[in-house]
Amino acid sequence: MSVKKKKAPETADYSKSGINASLKPADKIRFLSEMLRIRRFEQTSLKYYNQGKMGGFLHLYIGQEAVAVGTVSLMGKDDHVITAYRDHGHALAVGMDMNACMAELLGKGSGCSRGKGGSMHYFAPDKNYWGGHGIVAGQTPLGLGLAYALKYKGAKGCCMCFLGDGAVNQGSFHESLNLAALWKLPVIYVIENNQYSMGTSMERSSAMKNCLAERAEGYGIAWDAANGEDLYEVRAKTWNAISRAHEECLPFVLEVDTYRYYGHSVADANAKKYRSAEEIERYKTHHDPIRLWRKQLVDEKVITEEAADELDAAVKQETAAAGEFALAAEAPDPASIFEDVYWEVDNQTEAGQTGRHFFGD
Amino acid sequence: MALITYRTALNQALAEEIIRDENVVIIGEEVAQYNGAYKVTEGLWERFGDKRVVDAPISEAGFIGMGIGASMLGIRPVMELMFWSFAYVAWDQIINNAGQVRYMSGGLIHCPIVIRGPANGGTNVGATHSHTPENFIANTPGLKVVCPATAYDAKGLMKAAIRDNDPVCVMENTLLYGESWEVPEEEYVIPLGVADIKREGTDISLIAHGRAVLTALKAAEQLDAEHGIRAEVLDLRSIRPLDEEAILATVRKTHRAVLVDENKPFCGVSAQIAATIQEKAFDDLDAPVQRVCSLDAPAIYSPALEPIQLPTPERVIAKALEIC
Repeated sequence: MSVKKKKAPETADYSKSGINASLKPADKIRFLSEMLRIRRFEQTSLKYYNQGKMGGFLHLYIGQEAVAVGTVSLMGKDDHVITAYRDHGHALAVGMDMNACMAELLGKGSGCSRGKGGSMHYFAPDKNYWGGHGIVAGQTPLGLGLAYALKYKGAKGCCMCFLGDGAVNQGSFHESLNLAALWKLPVIYVIENNQYSMGTSMERSSAMKNCLAERAEGYGIAWDAANGEDLYEVRAKTWNAISRAHEECLPFVLEVDTYRYYGHSVADANAKKYRSAEEIERYKTHHDPIRLWRKQLVDEKVITEEAADELDAAVKQETAAAGEFALAAEAPDPASIFEDVYWEVDNQTEAGQTGRHFFGD
Repeated sequence: MALITYRTALNQALAEEIIRDENVVIIGEEVAQYNGAYKVTEGLWERFGDKRVVDAPISEAGFIGMGIGASMLGIRPVMELMFWSFAYVAWDQIINNAGQVRYMSGGLIHCPIVIRGPANGGTNVGATHSHTPENFIANTPGLKVVCPATAYDAKGLMKAAIRDNDPVCVMENTLLYGESWEVPEEEYVIPLGVADIKREGTDISLIAHGRAVLTALKAAEQLDAEHGIRAEVLDLRSIRPLDEEAILATVRKTHRAVLVDENKPFCGVSAQIAATIQEKAFDDLDAPVQRVCSLDAPAIYSPALEPIQLPTPERVIAKALEIC
């Protein structure tokens, strides 16, 4: 990885660590499938974006799949997730419907946010997934609030709040860290460090001693750093943070080193200027989380090359079908513009029917 | 009916709602052990303890955002801003998160949060502490905003705001906290979106919200006593939702309107009211709609000048006489 860190040697083997030791072959194959579903979904999204079938921004998760899949795989019933705008990976990992996610990209009425959120704003509260937020670090106080609610209600749970390396310099994140430590809230800030905040490398944006997560020490918060290309390591270190949140109701900062193959968004005109082609190629060849996980499973004789190919082919079919579904889906009804603004109006309560809520006609 | 202060009325509303709903929690700077910077929460921490009344550090973006996140999971936080002027450091949380999350999630999420605190000029604290952002809030579909002018309204609207399932911003007034009004002993709730005629009249409508209602009432008294003009004073109480019917009804009755508004004139609340009247009651008007807003500069410190920067009864009377 490009950043020097104080952490366990890269060669450490986490495959046998507590939480991973109990994994069954089917679990491991499911993780491969989930990572492939994210990658193929993103590739299909990119195709539609380039064809002009979707608007706005598209922040691809390709290269970071082991982070979402590894962390989300540990969620229990009272564990919650919230993230920023590079949100497709977490959405699929928590089990959001791929058709609805694809339809959202195309702005269709059957999209997961009824065509109102777009790529950056996926939500599934029924799956403990709270978005999908467009403003850098804007979700960090919300994640704190989810943890506050859990503690208030006496639930043994936590909130994993994801943010990028570009978000760590925002004031709202630091305010959240202070409150998390002050009030002992079970929030885990997972910094997905893909090395670049848009076109600015970490070296050019963030002051630090050794790594970003180490800033947690200033707030008295425990922290760790993980290698995001190794799903076993991501799980092992995340489980440590979750256990701490569950058992001691304490926050944690986990920095996960990862890499995105594409630009900040597909609209990032300089995606190949602020870093070298060799660097991107090196990650693809030597640090790809899916390639490494597949090799691991083949080495463990959990899966054969043929079966892995078949799995990938099935996933490709699934994502292609999701694309077809989205293309065929209807645009939202214009009347829906005024829906989902106010709960009281949508639910036709007395409050929702008292006074004028909408203006302009 | 008991005569109680605006401050006590708010305090009673908060206490009653804490007792009524176990998910109501008061959070803000100095709200607990200090008893509230303006004593609105006085005694609540002693009565209800650490879980229900929580002192926050000076960290508005952090704790307001935290409250919004907690509300998504079913807590009903009532967040105090020591001044609404401090909301600007939490603006992203209020506008983008509380205001937009229901829409962007296609209705999957809602935020039953109340954000309250004083929003007014007139206390010689300079431009940074004298903002009245109800027009900004009202410009954000997804948010609601109310501006009570009396103790009675403050209590009833606060209770409605806490029970509402959408984010509601309650804008109070430091100059009113110590003023007293009659408030009934028995419980009552004032629905959001219902204006109130504070004085009946037939010749002209003075339409206002917040403390400007009291300015309008003073002007109405003088107009009656010195000019024989019977002014009707309509208190909007709630800006969004807005009681448009009440606005149109009073204009149809008096055929003249002066809008009294502590906002600055450009895109102030009264600009919206004026647009509504000309669109929907144009034929009922006998004269152009007039406005009296704060003078269009940052809030001045000087105790000699600040009172005339805010709407005054004299300016209201002058505008009224122009069209009567």
